[in-house]
Amino acid sequence: MKASRQVQIAWVVGAILVILYAIIPVFWIVSLSFKEGDDITNKSFLPTVWSWANYRTVFASDLFTTALRNSVGMALIATTISVILATLAAYAISRLEFPGKRLVLGVALAITVFPVIAIATPLFNLWRNIGLYDTWLGLIIPYLSYSLPLAVYVLAAFFREIPWEMEQAAQVDGATAWQAFRRVIVPLAAPGVFTAAILTFFAVWNDFVFGITLTSSEAARPVPAALAFFQGASQFSQPTAPIAAAAVVVTIPVVILVLLFQRKIVAGLTSGAVKG
Amino acid sequence: MSITTSASAASQDAPVTKPARRKVRLTDRSRHERNLGWLLAGPAFIVMVAVTGYPILNAIWLSLFDYRLTDPAGRDFIGLGNYGMILTDALFWQQFGITTLITVVTVAVELVLGFALAMVMHRALYLRTPLRTAILVPYGIITVVSAYAWAYAFSNTYGFVNPMLGLGEFDWFGGTWSALFAVCVAEIWKTTPFMSLLLLAGLAQIPDDYLEAAKVDGAKAWQRVKRVILPNMKAAIMVALLFRTLDAFRIFDSIFIMTAGAQNTETLSFLAYRQTISRVMIGLGSAVSVILAILVVLIAFLFLKVFKTDLSQARGDRK
Repeated sequence: MKASRQVQIAWVVGAILVILYAIIPVFWIVSLSFKEGDDITNKSFLPTVWSWANYRTVFASDLFTTALRNSVGMALIATTISVILATLAAYAISRLEFPGKRLVLGVALAITVFPVIAIATPLFNLWRNIGLYDTWLGLIIPYLSYSLPLAVYVLAAFFREIPWEMEQAAQVDGATAWQAFRRVIVPLAAPGVFTAAILTFFAVWNDFVFGITLTSSEAARPVPAALAFFQGASQFSQPTAPIAAAAVVVTIPVVILVLLFQRKIVAGLTSGAVKG
Repeated sequence: MSITTSASAASQDAPVTKPARRKVRLTDRSRHERNLGWLLAGPAFIVMVAVTGYPILNAIWLSLFDYRLTDPAGRDFIGLGNYGMILTDALFWQQFGITTLITVVTVAVELVLGFALAMVMHRALYLRTPLRTAILVPYGIITVVSAYAWAYAFSNTYGFVNPMLGLGEFDWFGGTWSALFAVCVAEIWKTTPFMSLLLLAGLAQIPDDYLEAAKVDGAKAWQRVKRVILPNMKAAIMVALLFRTLDAFRIFDSIFIMTAGAQNTETLSFLAYRQTISRVMIGLGSAVSVILAILVVLIAFLFLKVFKTDLSQARGDRK
């Protein structure tokens, strides 16, 4: 549809407004994280002096660095397990005819909308009894309850679009089964697997409910939960700005992934959710 | 939610498997396919059911006891007593009201705002990549971080909101309604991008010809939205509403960080947390969790039946 010049300008203005909408709150927490001393309570959007002091504080604190290590480690492990299991399942769902495959997808969808707190509270009791309370494994297992269904339905949506018959075509052309798989199917499936991994990582990285209900110490507490504990039990006299700095640090991986893989994430979100 | 198999597999097996299913006698090939299917999908299925199903069954069981963690000896089977206590408690109904209010307000605003965002993303010819990248930042950012950013923005000690609006020392978190307003702003900011991407997918499926034809027939911009765009993306809207409603109903992180339930801003998820973890009333807390789970199932059921949301309609393969 051809649009007039004025209409074009209006859409560009709209685009700029949307970009501002998205980044102003992020910019605010970044700005707060660079404030020091009286600036913290100056109630202005920007600091008068930009200072790295808060970043030095959080990286000097075991509370934060341990939590960061926990978050990164547990998120990577949960993502890896989810994506491997989900890739196998999604391949079966999109390629094979077997009874119950609709059930697998239905269960995955039902679980993703389930209230997380309803899983966390019984686990609190169970984990205390069997010794998984406040351990990495004690968090990774419940993480699977939402990372795995998410990965399954994103991957099932992706795999449905793959032209599988190209595998046979390659074999007709003289490729061995392994070559056909390696050269044809893997390159076709890899972007979907990768996208599922990013979305799964975001979901686990975001966890707060399990992080505060199933931990009691630095042993397994992830960053979002640790942020909430900065407040009362910390050595900082004024935790606001350090919290902002810690918040910025854990936002950096998100921003990097978004910058690098914007196209894939949009595709994954829309196909996974709408076509679910 | 059926999945179309690849053309080759379907054409080879469809005639074989269909009669076989009736007779139970399977050909070697389809039996092999069936076994392989479950071999591959089985592990994921078992893990999903185990990590969710077991805790839920456990919660149902525990909800039948008067059980406080600090007093295991006093554990007592009381049947549906916990449910009776919760459902007759005025505080529960108030929290149910707050949760419903937050859900309705945020989802309604997100639908309108999300549609506007989707239109901009769909139409803007320039700034496409920066636009889509920026919109993903609120989606990807940790909810706790978003909650802190907004809590500090509205704070009367640190925030820029009061000076910007000329509100002086107004304490946003000192009253129920203003605190809820701040919480809703944080939630809306964080989740509208997700909504808008779902709507964008629906928008992209409307053929340009439809809009062109409406324009030729003299339809105004608003008429085109109302008569052409919205009816043609009904399925996408319903799916977006369903996902977001169920998600909004379990709101927890923002409440925990921004108000900690003060000023009567407690939601049902927060209640379940407080009963179980802070007060270690395992039985009572489990009952709250079960009620919350039932409510979520009810909402999903309402959507699917009353609004006739057909998830398969939103799928790309029915073009």
